Amino acid sequence: MTVLIGQLFTGVSIGAVLLLIALGLALTFGQMGVINMAHGEFIMAGAYTTYVLQQVITAAGWSLLVALPVAFVVAGAMGVLLEFLLIRRLYARPLDTLLVTWGVSLILQQLARDIFGSPNVQTRAPDLLTGNVALPGGITVANNRLFILALAGCAVAALTVALRVTPLGRRIRAVVQNRDLAAVSGIATARIDRTTFFIGSGLAGIAGVALTLLGPIGPTMGTNLIIDAFLVVVVGGIGQLKGTVIVAFALGVLQASGEYLTTLSVAKVMVFIAIVAFLQWRPQGLFTLRTRSLA
Amino acid sequence: MTTVASDPVTTAEAVPPPEKPAAGPSRHRFRAAAGFAFGAALLFAVAPLLLSDFRLSLLAKYLCVAMVAVGIGLAWGRGGMLTLGQGVFFGLGGYAMAMHLKLADAGPGNMPDFMLLYGQLDELPLWWRPFASAWFALPATVLLPMAVAFVLGSLVFRRRVRGAYFAILSQALAAAMVILLIGQQGTTGGTNGLTDIQGFFGYDLDDPVNQRMVYFIIAGTLLALLALARHLMQSRYGELLVAVRDSEERVRFLGYDPATVKLVAYVVAAGMAGLAGALFVPAVGIISPALIGIVPSIEFVIGVAVGGRATLLGPVLGAVAVAWARTALSERFPGTWTYLQGLLFVVVVAFLPGGLASLIGLARRRGDGERRTGLLRRLRRSRVEVS
Repeated sequence: MTVLIGQLFTGVSIGAVLLLIALGLALTFGQMGVINMAHGEFIMAGAYTTYVLQQVITAAGWSLLVALPVAFVVAGAMGVLLEFLLIRRLYARPLDTLLVTWGVSLILQQLARDIFGSPNVQTRAPDLLTGNVALPGGITVANNRLFILALAGCAVAALTVALRVTPLGRRIRAVVQNRDLAAVSGIATARIDRTTFFIGSGLAGIAGVALTLLGPIGPTMGTNLIIDAFLVVVVGGIGQLKGTVIVAFALGVLQASGEYLTTLSVAKVMVFIAIVAFLQWRPQGLFTLRTRSLA
Repeated sequence: MTTVASDPVTTAEAVPPPEKPAAGPSRHRFRAAAGFAFGAALLFAVAPLLLSDFRLSLLAKYLCVAMVAVGIGLAWGRGGMLTLGQGVFFGLGGYAMAMHLKLADAGPGNMPDFMLLYGQLDELPLWWRPFASAWFALPATVLLPMAVAFVLGSLVFRRRVRGAYFAILSQALAAAMVILLIGQQGTTGGTNGLTDIQGFFGYDLDDPVNQRMVYFIIAGTLLALLALARHLMQSRYGELLVAVRDSEERVRFLGYDPATVKLVAYVVAAGMAGLAGALFVPAVGIISPALIGIVPSIEFVIGVAVGGRATLLGPVLGAVAVAWARTALSERFPGTWTYLQGLLFVVVVAFLPGGLASLIGLARRRGDGERRTGLLRRLRRSRVEVS
């Protein structure tokens, strides 16, 4: 029983990381049909931001707190730049955005290699986040995992509130649901796109900060994560956050339990098969917006 | 007829300009045959004469990449299915071939060297055994990838999973396969892959003469695949495939099943990639997860995009050119090559989606005395054709 709950928690914490990464992707993919392969490099940018800040601010814990907003802005600014320079020319060709942003991600990786060197670097986690919490029943939970879970929870809550309540959120949702109608209703869709891209990429930056707590920071750290995050978005369905949230945790738990029962590699294949099987049942993902389009 | 309203994606501009009467089908066929003969002469006579053994074996490697590109040109350029997981099929073909060659090297009854090293196995795993027979292994290099493509494709296309969803799934397949191969180190060689392959059906691969033979086999296969692709593209099926790419719904309303049409192209492309992988093994002597993962799979696509995805020869020339540039540049300036590769992707896909082949088409149209408009404007128009 203890083992089971421990595995469950591992799954949930994998899910939390996936969720942090997938949130931003879901936003940009859902809004503009843009597949941003450079999202992984925005994560990397967030992680390196944390690293740089720790060189400057050495006081325990503070650098991490400062890093959260700074990484958000750094990654967000990179996203806006990408949107402005390339992606807005490609809205009619979503598949091509995938290739173009892959090219951008190659460039960013090499840039990171040239600036920070190819070997991985490491940040020191604040003391508060290094220990474990002992729960009743002999279960221990790592503090940093709890922190990431909380961070993911906050991100979801903030995003939900922003999308539901604020005028900006209403406009974003309008553009997601029907871009043309939103445009004729007087919403400046181009500006909304740019704002969405800022928020989505910024979330990648925050995910990057969180990842510094779990492992080393390196130029290729984004590539490995991005595919899983994309799968979350595909399976979750486009346009709504709840699909992303549910699927991120479901895949995390599936991955963890698969790993427990077999091996890491077999678990990955199992997850893939499960996803293809799931798409037989709901090809458009878990939740979809109802549209009149034939596609 | 007002029912066929303009589709936002395929506007009237997407219709290719009408064929000039002078270039009738027979003239087309003649030109294709002449081009084919020219290519054959280049591959079989000029290249072996001019290139050193080392360069020739490099060229053999590039031609294998070109075979994958022919398939991608069919599936992506013609069929609109961006497949980011061709490495999987390349790898299946490569591993099938390498397993057979490894077993042949080890001799009957013996086990490949690496298994004793990492696996500490007492006997050959069950799924390795059939590969001892060439009668099983050789067809398997093509049929195995085709079978995997068939299963995935029929599941995915029937449920109308397409576009970005399909691209991401195909990429995830590549990721899963690499992780599986690395994880099963004892039976697959792990990260190292299957290395140190010495013989090729009784011929010693260290001998330059035999390497030359492998090159000729590869060149011949590439030409055969090109002929097959051309035949498919020119056929009624080829038209249907383009129609599915441009408007799947309309094809469905006309009574065809788009899923089957796409499935055929995807399976054929997988078979081509498998064959390429199988021939890559004797040319290079190794197959490993690093050659078939996400990054190589996307690199297959780069060459196709650069050359011109919707044409027959564009993918081949693009693939060879990019592979060559990679070797030439990455050895001397490893960092620069990565920047260049990224830039190539960005510039070609964003600003020249028809690839370099579309430049030729533009120049020709200009020569035909078409209304003189700015190059950029025509580029922009040509972009619509391949969306």
